[in-house]
Amino acid sequence: MPSTNSKSAFYAGCRTALPFLLILGPFGLLFGVVATEAGMSLAQTIGFSMAVIAGAAQFTAVQLMQDQAPMIIVLASALAVNLRMAMYAAALAPHIGHASLIQRLLVSYGNFDASFAMAMAEYEANPDRPIGEKVGYFLGSVAVIIPSWAIATFLGAQLGALIPESFGLDFALPILFLSFVAPALRSLAHVAAAFTSVILAIVLQPVPYNLWILIAGIAAMIVGAEVERRMTRP
Amino acid sequence: MTGWSNAEIWLIIAVMAVGTFLIRFSFLGLFGGRDLPDWALRHLRYTAVGILPALVTPLVLWPEGPGSDPDPIRIISAGIAILAGCLTRNANYSIIAGLASFGLLQLIFA
Repeated sequence: MPSTNSKSAFYAGCRTALPFLLILGPFGLLFGVVATEAGMSLAQTIGFSMAVIAGAAQFTAVQLMQDQAPMIIVLASALAVNLRMAMYAAALAPHIGHASLIQRLLVSYGNFDASFAMAMAEYEANPDRPIGEKVGYFLGSVAVIIPSWAIATFLGAQLGALIPESFGLDFALPILFLSFVAPALRSLAHVAAAFTSVILAIVLQPVPYNLWILIAGIAAMIVGAEVERRMTRP
Repeated sequence: MTGWSNAEIWLIIAVMAVGTFLIRFSFLGLFGGRDLPDWALRHLRYTAVGILPALVTPLVLWPEGPGSDPDPIRIISAGIAILAGCLTRNANYSIIAGLASFGLLQLIFA
Protein backbone atom coordinates (compact mmCIF):
# COMPACT_ATOMS: atom_id res chain seq x y z
CA MET A 1 0.00 0.00 0.00
CA PRO A 2 2.74 2.56 0.77
CA SER A 3 4.31 1.83 -2.61
CA THR A 4 0.99 2.55 -4.38
CA ASN A 5 0.76 5.88 -2.59
CA SER A 6 4.39 6.66 -3.39
CA LYS A 7 3.67 5.88 -7.02
CA SER A 8 0.67 8.21 -7.17
CA ALA A 9 2.78 10.89 -5.43
CA PHE A 10 5.41 10.32 -8.14
CA TYR A 11 2.81 10.88 -10.86
CA ALA A 12 1.50 13.95 -9.02
CA GLY A 13 5.07 15.31 -9.08
CA CYS A 14 5.28 14.59 -12.82
CA ARG A 15 2.02 16.45 -13.47
CA THR A 16 2.99 19.48 -11.37
CA ALA A 17 6.29 19.73 -13.24
CA LEU A 18 4.68 19.82 -16.70
CA PRO A 19 3.77 23.55 -16.81
CA PHE A 20 7.31 24.42 -15.76
CA LEU A 21 8.61 22.90 -18.99
CA LEU A 22 7.19 25.92 -20.83
CA ILE A 23 9.74 28.04 -18.98
CA LEU A 24 12.62 25.62 -18.44
CA GLY A 25 12.41 24.47 -22.06
CA PRO A 26 13.31 27.85 -23.54
CA PHE A 27 15.93 28.31 -20.82
CA GLY A 28 17.64 25.00 -21.67
CA LEU A 29 17.33 25.88 -25.35
CA LEU A 30 19.04 29.17 -24.64
CA PHE A 31 21.90 27.45 -22.79
CA GLY A 32 22.38 25.13 -25.77
CA VAL A 33 22.60 28.12 -28.09
CA VAL A 34 24.94 30.15 -25.88
CA ALA A 35 27.32 27.29 -25.02
CA THR A 36 27.54 26.17 -28.65
CA GLU A 37 28.15 29.70 -29.88
CA ALA A 38 30.84 30.06 -27.21
CA GLY A 39 32.59 27.09 -28.85
CA MET A 40 31.63 24.11 -26.70
CA SER A 41 31.12 20.81 -28.51
CA LEU A 42 27.70 19.14 -28.56
CA ALA A 43 28.91 16.53 -26.03
CA GLN A 44 30.30 19.21 -23.71
CA THR A 45 27.12 21.30 -23.91
CA ILE A 46 24.81 18.39 -23.09
CA GLY A 47 27.28 16.95 -20.59
CA PHE A 48 27.32 20.26 -18.75
CA SER A 49 23.51 20.37 -18.59
CA MET A 50 23.17 16.76 -17.43
CA ALA A 51 25.99 16.84 -14.87
CA VAL A 52 25.24 20.20 -13.29
CA ILE A 53 21.52 20.92 -13.95
CA ALA A 54 21.74 24.50 -12.71
CA GLY A 55 20.99 27.06 -15.40
CA ALA A 56 22.25 30.15 -13.59
CA ALA A 57 25.58 28.51 -12.69
CA GLN A 58 25.99 27.08 -16.22
CA PHE A 59 25.47 30.54 -17.73
CA THR A 60 27.85 32.06 -15.19
CA ALA A 61 30.58 29.55 -16.09
CA VAL A 62 30.21 30.00 -19.87
CA GLN A 63 30.12 33.80 -19.52
CA LEU A 64 33.32 33.87 -17.44
CA MET A 65 35.05 31.40 -19.79
CA GLN A 66 34.26 33.71 -22.68
CA ASP A 67 35.67 36.59 -20.65
CA GLN A 68 38.92 34.54 -20.34
CA ALA A 69 38.72 34.55 -16.55
CA PRO A 70 41.17 32.24 -14.71
CA MET A 71 39.83 28.71 -14.22
CA ILE A 72 39.72 29.07 -10.44
CA ILE A 73 37.49 32.19 -10.80
CA VAL A 74 35.19 30.40 -13.27
CA LEU A 75 34.75 27.49 -10.84
CA ALA A 76 34.49 29.57 -7.66
CA SER A 77 31.91 31.95 -9.16
CA ALA A 78 29.72 29.31 -10.73
CA LEU A 79 29.86 27.15 -7.59
CA ALA A 80 29.10 30.23 -5.45
CA VAL A 81 25.91 30.68 -7.47
CA ASN A 82 25.03 27.10 -6.51
CA LEU A 83 25.86 27.45 -2.80
CA ARG A 84 22.24 28.41 -2.17
CA MET A 85 21.45 24.75 -2.81
CA ALA A 86 23.13 23.82 0.49
CA MET A 87 20.28 25.73 2.08
CA TYR A 88 17.81 23.88 -0.12
CA ALA A 89 19.29 20.61 1.16
CA ALA A 90 18.93 21.83 4.74
CA ALA A 91 15.34 22.90 4.12
CA LEU A 92 14.49 19.48 2.66
CA ALA A 93 16.20 17.61 5.51
CA PRO A 94 13.30 17.86 8.04
CA HIS A 95 10.99 16.37 5.38
CA ILE A 96 13.06 13.69 3.68
CA GLY A 97 16.27 13.55 5.74
CA HIS A 98 15.32 10.08 7.03
CA ALA A 99 14.95 8.60 3.52
CA SER A 100 17.34 5.86 2.37
CA LEU A 101 20.82 6.79 1.15
CA ILE A 102 19.95 5.95 -2.47
CA GLN A 103 16.85 8.15 -2.31
CA ARG A 104 18.82 11.02 -0.76
CA LEU A 105 21.53 10.66 -3.44
CA LEU A 106 18.88 10.83 -6.18
CA VAL A 107 17.11 13.80 -4.60
CA SER A 108 20.46 15.58 -4.18
CA TYR A 109 21.29 15.11 -7.86
CA GLY A 110 17.93 16.65 -8.79
CA ASN A 111 17.77 19.40 -6.16
CA PHE A 112 17.62 22.59 -8.25
CA ASP A 113 15.47 25.74 -7.99
CA ALA A 114 12.38 24.43 -9.75
CA SER A 115 12.24 21.00 -8.07
CA PHE A 116 13.01 22.52 -4.67
CA ALA A 117 10.31 25.18 -5.00
CA MET A 118 7.74 22.60 -6.14
CA ALA A 119 8.62 20.16 -3.35
CA MET A 120 8.61 22.77 -0.58
CA ALA A 121 5.21 24.08 -1.70
CA GLU A 122 3.86 20.51 -1.53
CA TYR A 123 5.56 19.66 1.81
CA GLU A 124 4.32 22.86 3.46
CA ALA A 125 0.79 22.24 2.19
CA ASN A 126 0.81 18.58 3.32
CA PRO A 127 3.47 18.31 6.05
CA ASP A 128 2.22 15.01 7.47
CA ARG A 129 2.46 12.86 4.34
CA PRO A 130 4.65 9.74 4.72
CA ILE A 131 8.28 10.17 3.72
CA GLY A 132 7.91 7.74 0.79
CA GLU A 133 5.26 9.96 -0.78
CA LYS A 134 7.38 13.07 -0.24
CA VAL A 135 10.36 11.43 -1.96
CA GLY A 136 8.06 10.10 -4.72
CA TYR A 137 6.69 13.56 -5.39
CA PHE A 138 10.19 15.03 -5.61
CA LEU A 139 11.52 12.33 -7.92
CA GLY A 140 8.40 12.63 -10.10
CA SER A 141 9.08 16.29 -10.77
CA VAL A 142 12.75 15.72 -11.63
CA ALA A 143 11.91 12.68 -13.79
CA VAL A 144 10.03 15.11 -16.03
CA ILE A 145 12.39 18.06 -15.79
CA ILE A 146 15.86 16.48 -16.18
CA PRO A 147 15.23 14.68 -19.53
CA SER A 148 13.44 17.78 -20.82
CA TRP A 149 16.37 19.93 -19.74
CA ALA A 150 18.75 17.66 -21.68
CA ILE A 151 16.52 17.61 -24.79
CA ALA A 152 16.09 21.40 -24.70
CA THR A 153 19.87 21.83 -24.43
CA PHE A 154 20.35 19.46 -27.36
CA LEU A 155 17.81 21.32 -29.51
CA GLY A 156 19.38 24.64 -28.54
CA ALA A 157 22.80 23.38 -29.57
CA GLN A 158 21.31 22.32 -32.93
CA LEU A 159 19.39 25.54 -33.49
CA GLY A 160 22.41 27.67 -32.67
CA ALA A 161 22.37 30.94 -34.46
CA LEU A 162 18.84 30.46 -35.84
CA ILE A 163 17.33 32.11 -32.73
CA PRO A 164 17.56 35.91 -32.89
CA GLU A 165 18.84 37.60 -29.74
CA SER A 166 15.88 40.00 -29.72
CA PHE A 167 13.65 37.03 -28.87
CA GLY A 168 14.04 37.92 -25.20
CA LEU A 169 14.42 34.31 -24.09
CA ASP A 170 16.78 35.43 -21.33
CA PHE A 171 13.86 37.09 -19.55
CA ALA A 172 12.25 33.70 -18.91
CA LEU A 173 14.71 33.11 -16.04
CA PRO A 174 13.83 36.17 -13.93
CA ILE A 175 10.14 35.55 -14.55
CA LEU A 176 10.55 31.92 -13.49
CA PHE A 177 12.25 32.91 -10.23
CA LEU A 178 9.70 35.65 -9.53
CA SER A 179 6.86 33.19 -10.04
CA PHE A 180 8.37 31.05 -7.26
CA VAL A 181 8.72 33.97 -4.88
CA ALA A 182 5.52 35.99 -5.35
CA PRO A 183 3.01 33.30 -4.26
CA ALA A 184 5.26 32.59 -1.25
CA LEU A 185 4.94 36.15 0.11
CA ARG A 186 2.24 35.06 2.54
CA SER A 187 3.35 36.79 5.74
CA LEU A 188 5.08 39.99 6.84
CA ALA A 189 8.20 37.93 7.58
CA HIS A 190 8.31 36.58 4.02
CA VAL A 191 7.87 40.09 2.57
CA ALA A 192 10.58 41.48 4.88
CA ALA A 193 12.99 38.73 3.81
CA ALA A 194 12.34 39.29 0.10
CA PHE A 195 12.67 43.07 0.49
CA THR A 196 15.99 42.71 2.36
CA SER A 197 17.22 40.40 -0.38
CA VAL A 198 16.41 42.89 -3.17
CA ILE A 199 17.95 45.89 -1.39
CA LEU A 200 21.16 44.03 -0.50
CA ALA A 201 21.45 42.62 -4.03
CA ILE A 202 21.47 46.21 -5.34
CA VAL A 203 23.77 47.66 -2.68
CA LEU A 204 26.26 44.77 -2.70
CA GLN A 205 26.68 44.53 -6.50
CA PRO A 206 30.40 45.49 -6.27
CA VAL A 207 31.13 42.42 -4.11
CA PRO A 208 32.99 40.09 -6.48
CA TYR A 209 32.34 36.52 -7.63
CA ASN A 210 28.56 36.61 -7.13
CA LEU A 211 29.15 36.45 -3.38
CA TRP A 212 26.50 39.15 -2.97
CA ILE A 213 23.87 36.49 -3.72
CA LEU A 214 24.93 34.53 -0.63
CA ILE A 215 25.38 37.57 1.62
CA ALA A 216 21.98 38.98 0.63
CA GLY A 217 20.36 35.56 1.00
CA ILE A 218 21.76 34.86 4.47
CA ALA A 219 20.88 38.37 5.71
CA ALA A 220 17.35 38.01 4.30
CA MET A 221 16.90 34.67 6.09
CA ILE A 222 17.99 36.25 9.38
CA VAL A 223 15.56 39.16 8.85
CA GLY A 224 12.70 36.80 7.98
CA ALA A 225 13.37 34.57 11.00
CA GLU A 226 13.65 37.56 13.34
CA VAL A 227 10.40 39.14 12.09
CA GLU A 228 8.64 35.79 12.53
CA ARG A 229 10.03 35.40 16.06
CA ARG A 230 8.79 38.88 17.03
CA MET A 231 5.37 38.43 15.42
CA THR A 232 4.73 35.10 17.17
CA ARG A 233 6.08 36.22 20.56
CA PRO A 234 3.32 35.75 23.14
CA MET B 1 36.04 28.17 -27.23
CA THR B 2 39.04 30.46 -27.59
CA GLY B 3 41.68 30.03 -24.91
CA TRP B 4 40.27 26.77 -23.53
CA SER B 5 41.42 23.30 -24.53
CA ASN B 6 38.95 20.41 -24.69
CA ALA B 7 40.55 18.91 -21.57
CA GLU B 8 40.16 22.19 -19.66
CA ILE B 9 36.48 22.48 -20.61
CA TRP B 10 35.83 18.89 -19.46
CA LEU B 11 37.74 19.59 -16.25
CA ILE B 12 35.50 22.60 -15.53
CA ILE B 13 32.38 20.51 -16.21
CA ALA B 14 33.65 17.70 -13.96
CA VAL B 15 34.57 19.99 -11.06
CA MET B 16 31.23 21.82 -11.43
CA ALA B 17 29.38 18.50 -11.38
CA VAL B 18 31.16 17.13 -8.29
CA GLY B 19 31.10 20.48 -6.46
CA THR B 20 27.42 21.08 -7.20
CA PHE B 21 26.51 17.56 -6.10
CA LEU B 22 28.40 17.91 -2.81
CA ILE B 23 26.62 21.23 -2.15
CA ARG B 24 23.25 19.62 -2.86
CA PHE B 25 24.02 16.55 -0.75
CA SER B 26 25.55 18.50 2.16
CA PHE B 27 22.76 18.80 4.70
CA LEU B 28 20.75 15.88 3.35
CA GLY B 29 23.78 13.63 3.73
CA LEU B 30 25.43 14.95 6.87
CA PHE B 31 22.43 15.67 9.05
CA GLY B 32 19.99 13.39 7.28
CA GLY B 33 19.40 11.24 10.34
CA ARG B 34 18.90 14.14 12.74
CA ASP B 35 16.18 16.68 13.33
CA LEU B 36 17.14 20.33 13.10
CA PRO B 37 16.42 22.69 16.03
CA ASP B 38 13.58 25.26 15.92
CA TRP B 39 15.81 28.27 15.32
CA ALA B 40 17.34 26.57 12.29
CA LEU B 41 13.93 25.67 10.87
CA ARG B 42 12.76 29.24 11.41
CA HIS B 43 15.66 30.52 9.29
CA LEU B 44 15.27 27.85 6.63
CA ARG B 45 11.64 28.84 6.04
CA TYR B 46 13.02 31.98 4.37
CA THR B 47 15.59 30.28 2.11
CA ALA B 48 13.69 30.70 -1.15
CA VAL B 49 12.29 34.18 -0.49
CA GLY B 50 15.76 35.18 0.78
CA ILE B 51 17.97 33.97 -2.07
CA LEU B 52 15.87 34.11 -5.24
CA PRO B 53 15.03 37.85 -5.11
CA ALA B 54 18.77 38.60 -4.83
CA LEU B 55 19.47 36.35 -7.82
CA VAL B 56 16.71 37.99 -9.85
CA THR B 57 17.13 41.68 -8.99
CA PRO B 58 20.15 42.44 -11.21
CA LEU B 59 18.67 40.39 -14.09
CA VAL B 60 15.58 42.62 -14.01
CA LEU B 61 17.34 45.95 -13.38
CA TRP B 62 20.44 45.50 -15.58
CA PRO B 63 19.65 42.91 -18.29
CA GLU B 64 22.90 43.55 -20.20
CA GLY B 65 25.10 43.10 -17.11
CA PRO B 66 25.95 45.18 -14.00
CA GLY B 67 25.75 48.92 -14.62
CA SER B 68 23.99 48.62 -18.00
CA ASP B 69 20.90 50.65 -18.86
CA PRO B 70 17.67 49.52 -17.19
CA ASP B 71 14.90 48.34 -19.52
CA PRO B 72 11.49 49.71 -18.37
CA ILE B 73 9.69 46.88 -20.22
CA ARG B 74 11.46 44.25 -18.12
CA ILE B 75 10.90 46.13 -14.86
CA ILE B 76 7.16 46.58 -15.57
CA SER B 77 6.77 42.94 -16.69
CA ALA B 78 8.54 41.75 -13.54
CA GLY B 79 6.17 43.91 -11.46
CA ILE B 80 3.16 42.40 -13.22
CA ALA B 81 4.51 38.86 -12.63
CA ILE B 82 4.95 39.61 -8.90
CA LEU B 83 1.48 41.17 -8.66
CA ALA B 84 -0.16 38.23 -10.46
CA GLY B 85 1.70 35.75 -8.23
CA CYS B 86 0.71 37.59 -5.03
CA LEU B 87 -2.95 37.90 -6.06
CA THR B 88 -3.51 34.40 -7.46
CA ARG B 89 -1.00 32.49 -5.22
CA ASN B 90 -0.29 30.48 -8.38
CA ALA B 91 3.15 30.30 -10.03
CA ASN B 92 1.72 29.44 -13.45
CA TYR B 93 -0.44 32.58 -13.62
CA SER B 94 2.55 34.60 -12.50
CA ILE B 95 4.69 33.17 -15.32
CA ILE B 96 1.97 33.69 -17.94
CA ALA B 97 1.26 37.26 -16.79
CA GLY B 98 4.95 38.17 -16.73
CA LEU B 99 5.87 36.69 -20.11
CA ALA B 100 2.67 37.88 -21.81
CA SER B 101 3.17 41.48 -20.66
CA PHE B 102 6.85 41.27 -21.67
CA GLY B 103 5.94 40.08 -25.17
CA LEU B 104 3.10 42.56 -25.53
CA LEU B 105 5.10 45.56 -24.31
CA GLN B 106 7.97 44.60 -26.62
CA LEU B 107 5.59 44.41 -29.58
CA ILE B 108 4.22 47.86 -28.78
CA PHE B 109 7.33 49.76 -27.73
CA ALA B 110 10.44 47.96 -28.97
